[in-house]
Amino acid sequence: MNANTATPAKTKLRVATTSLAGCFGCHMSFLDIDERILQLVELVEFDRSPITDIKHCGPCDLGIIEGGVCNAENVHVLHEFRKNCKILVAMGACAVNGGLPAQRNHLDLRDILEEVYQTEPGLTHGGIPNDPELPLPLNKVHPIHEVVKIDYFLPGCPPPADAIWKFLTDLLAGRTPHLGHGLLHYD
Amino acid sequence: MPDAPEKTIAAVLARHKGDGTRLMQILREVQEELGWLAPETITEIARGIGWPRARVEGTAAFYSFFHTRPRGKYCVLWSDNITDRMLGNRDLMLALCKKLWLEPARLSEDGLVSVNTTSCTGMCDQGPAVLVNYRAITRMTPERVDQMAELIRNQVPLDEWPADWFRVEDNIRRKDALLDHGLVPGEALAAAMEKGSKAFLDEVKASGLRGRGGAGFTTGMKWEICRDAPGSAHYVVCNADEGEPGTFKDRVLLTSYADLVFEGMTLAGYAVGAQKGLLYLRGEYRYMKDALEAVLARRRGEKLLGSRILDKDFTFDIEIHFGAGAYICGEESALIESLEGKPGRPRIRPPFPVTRGYLDQPTTVNNVETLAASCLVARHGGAWYAKLGTAKSAGTKLMSVSGDVERPGIYEYPYGVTVAQILADAGARDTQAVQVSGPSGVCVAAEEFGRRICFEDIPTAGAFMVFDESRDMFEVARNFAHFFAHESCGFCTPCRVGTQVVARLMDKLAENHGSPYDIDEMFKMHRLMQGASHCGLGNSACNPLFDTLNKFRPAYERRLKSLEYEPAFDLDAALSQARQMTRRDDAGAHLSNED
Amino acid sequence: MSENTFLLDGEAIPFVPGQTVMQAAKAAGKYIPHLCWHPEFKPHGSCKLCTVKANGRFVSSCTMEAAAGVTIENRTPELDDKRRTLLQLLFVEGNHFCPSCEKSGNCLLQATAYDLGMMSPHFDHFFPDRPVDASHPDILLDFNRCILCSLCVQASEQADKKNVFVMGGRGMRGRRIIINSESGKLGDTDFAASDRAASICPVGVILKKRVGFAVPIGERKYDQAPASVVEVTK
Repeated sequence: MNANTATPAKTKLRVATTSLAGCFGCHMSFLDIDERILQLVELVEFDRSPITDIKHCGPCDLGIIEGGVCNAENVHVLHEFRKNCKILVAMGACAVNGGLPAQRNHLDLRDILEEVYQTEPGLTHGGIPNDPELPLPLNKVHPIHEVVKIDYFLPGCPPPADAIWKFLTDLLAGRTPHLGHGLLHYD
Repeated sequence: MPDAPEKTIAAVLARHKGDGTRLMQILREVQEELGWLAPETITEIARGIGWPRARVEGTAAFYSFFHTRPRGKYCVLWSDNITDRMLGNRDLMLALCKKLWLEPARLSEDGLVSVNTTSCTGMCDQGPAVLVNYRAITRMTPERVDQMAELIRNQVPLDEWPADWFRVEDNIRRKDALLDHGLVPGEALAAAMEKGSKAFLDEVKASGLRGRGGAGFTTGMKWEICRDAPGSAHYVVCNADEGEPGTFKDRVLLTSYADLVFEGMTLAGYAVGAQKGLLYLRGEYRYMKDALEAVLARRRGEKLLGSRILDKDFTFDIEIHFGAGAYICGEESALIESLEGKPGRPRIRPPFPVTRGYLDQPTTVNNVETLAASCLVARHGGAWYAKLGTAKSAGTKLMSVSGDVERPGIYEYPYGVTVAQILADAGARDTQAVQVSGPSGVCVAAEEFGRRICFEDIPTAGAFMVFDESRDMFEVARNFAHFFAHESCGFCTPCRVGTQVVARLMDKLAENHGSPYDIDEMFKMHRLMQGASHCGLGNSACNPLFDTLNKFRPAYERRLKSLEYEPAFDLDAALSQARQMTRRDDAGAHLSNED
Repeated sequence: MSENTFLLDGEAIPFVPGQTVMQAAKAAGKYIPHLCWHPEFKPHGSCKLCTVKANGRFVSSCTMEAAAGVTIENRTPELDDKRRTLLQLLFVEGNHFCPSCEKSGNCLLQATAYDLGMMSPHFDHFFPDRPVDASHPDILLDFNRCILCSLCVQASEQADKKNVFVMGGRGMRGRRIIINSESGKLGDTDFAASDRAASICPVGVILKKRVGFAVPIGERKYDQAPASVVEVTK
């Protein structure tokens, strides 16, 4: 292709991803798009993400969040993403509805801490950890849309790779993502 | 007595002949004796009426005034209508709790007392009001709170409490055709029976009399459909559930005009061919029982009830049934379910009660005031009555006026009276808004005070709550939102969950955590519930929000935390338990939405 | 238009007098989303998923008798949007955690939400505290997933003549299934795994023990076909 007549190289969309109170299963499922990741990197470049090891999120077009909000650090990360990402996506059951971590919501946090660190055998010697370096857990676990505005939701535990692929390619092409029968799953 | 609950239960069951349709009365009477409805009590009652046990428990669990857990020797319930709040009920309740060393809604550790709130008890003109063991007490003051705490601590029986506390005033401020009826008992009935039932029904149709419950169905037509509907028996039901917060006219009619109401029921029975009438009286008005029974007994003696009424071939009698704290039972089909001993769940309609109502038979359900007004039609004729009021709203209307007025009470006007006129007569000053018809009605702002009370403009059951400029209309709407969340029967999804979502959003705004996004969410719930709900409760539950959001929007906006999206919960407060357990208070142990 | 037909989204649907709109639509292979309706039982009309517009008015199609000439809107964006909101309300009202539910793939709530493209529960969760009852030797009850459809109540009353389940209580915090025993435990009733009520639950409340994963996830009823197909052919 002649450089003079070429349209300017299309700028890649900047994407950041992170996992809050999740198991990284959604990220693993993401990697299951296999060789399609080569097509993807033609379209995007990664900012903060477990893939890049960048520690803080800069201005991005798209942020993808796995996991729910269970502690103070999750809130900070979520705020950072919301501040920097034009579009924010909740990926997976934990981000969408609290998922497995939210199963603790029926119990009082004080009871949990007491039982784990003080009464049950095993960890009882150190007491409840209170190092200021450690993020404090929230009274309850929340889906991420209860903390910041979320633009799109991609449910699944984890969402299958095909669903992630369909969802992202829709988004990147400027289409409202649509998952039909077989791709939309809550489990 | 406490050593033989089986005997108590057996006696109540015998009194009601083991008839399951009388379950509401059975549960109430057993509870009055035993204090609460223990699991074995419910089993025993179920056996006695031959119902599956779970069905008895299902009914017991539906009504606020039935207790399936130990209740405490003294159960104090503060009426929590917005008018009670404006009179300071919250502070009084907390003061009482403090004196009794307990938290609201918790039974004291010694099982002596519990203090809680309840929906409007119909004493808005003489609040703050409470129910103590379901007996009404009016005009609470800090002094009375002190005394009450003493009486409870010393376990003084309720009968020995100051009699003045239980006094309920009529507070009739303006009389018109109905309250100045001048009829003697039996006069209207004799006039109707002179004409014959067909001719009397024609008079009612000619009078243009319409239902006073608010919906305004033509009474003559309702009676005619009921009369013509085939059935093995026909029934007259007087709806005295009067649960709409801010309404208390039925209380006054049944206190001082009971003859007129019972005569109206008898007239309805004569018109539709019924032999039995049922007065469904809200549990809050339990204190009226003896007086009403005495009126019924006297009327039987005067041959105005019973067999061969006025020595003619007409038999009719009336029985009183009590509700047990469920607003939804004001809806006529829910009321009938309750009369049959079931949870008050509105039926699927059609069929309507006029063709298939109580015990599946044709039933006319009429408001207390409608029935009373029918006496005027019987005595003076349809044409005379039709001349009162406006073209489409014949007659007069009782208004229950409360809130920021000098003279709260009952005002009777011919239909067509303006809101401004009522405000002037009641001595209202600097009025900001009037909530007409209670939470499910309309909020009228100052520029609309020229509007008229009539079916052509503002139809109403008569609640008229006045708010002056010092009041926060957001708090008014929030009180109503919680009312609906508490009173939703739970049958249909939109109302059951929607009312809770709305109440939670209002709380979020109240705590200054809201954003415009939350206001949009409320409009969305309004649109959903208005179309998809099973009955009027869900359909109208968002009316007060919709009205106040449109007419008093700044009351909402000044509470917004920001114009951005706000979290569903207080981020910093969400770390409270971890802070407590780790004893940390460093910067990292706190959160804000701004970082 | 012939005498006994009505218009459903512009298409003439025949009906037999006495049929409801829902029954006639199903007979014609047309899907109206529903949760509390089941062809074997009297319509209950509580979930409101089947809300349609009949001549412009909202009405539950499961309780409305079909009438000639009525124009009914069903799968319009407006109505499907309301249905999605109703589903979201149901999801946040209870504790519907699909990854740990053995009914996943056979659950009508889940399948209907898939069919209507519900991507998130949208509202804040209530996370209610609800009981699990494992007292019966063959049946487990997990009320975290109850959507209050009353089908078990109807099945136990009408088909089994047992009244093991009754709907009682009031409002979101009170309304619940009441078990017909003084202890409130299913193990103290005459409930049997062979009862019709044992297999009627559209969600994962009433579960037969020891058979949960006989059919693997991925090969279940609504994995084979979406609710819009399964529900008009069942």
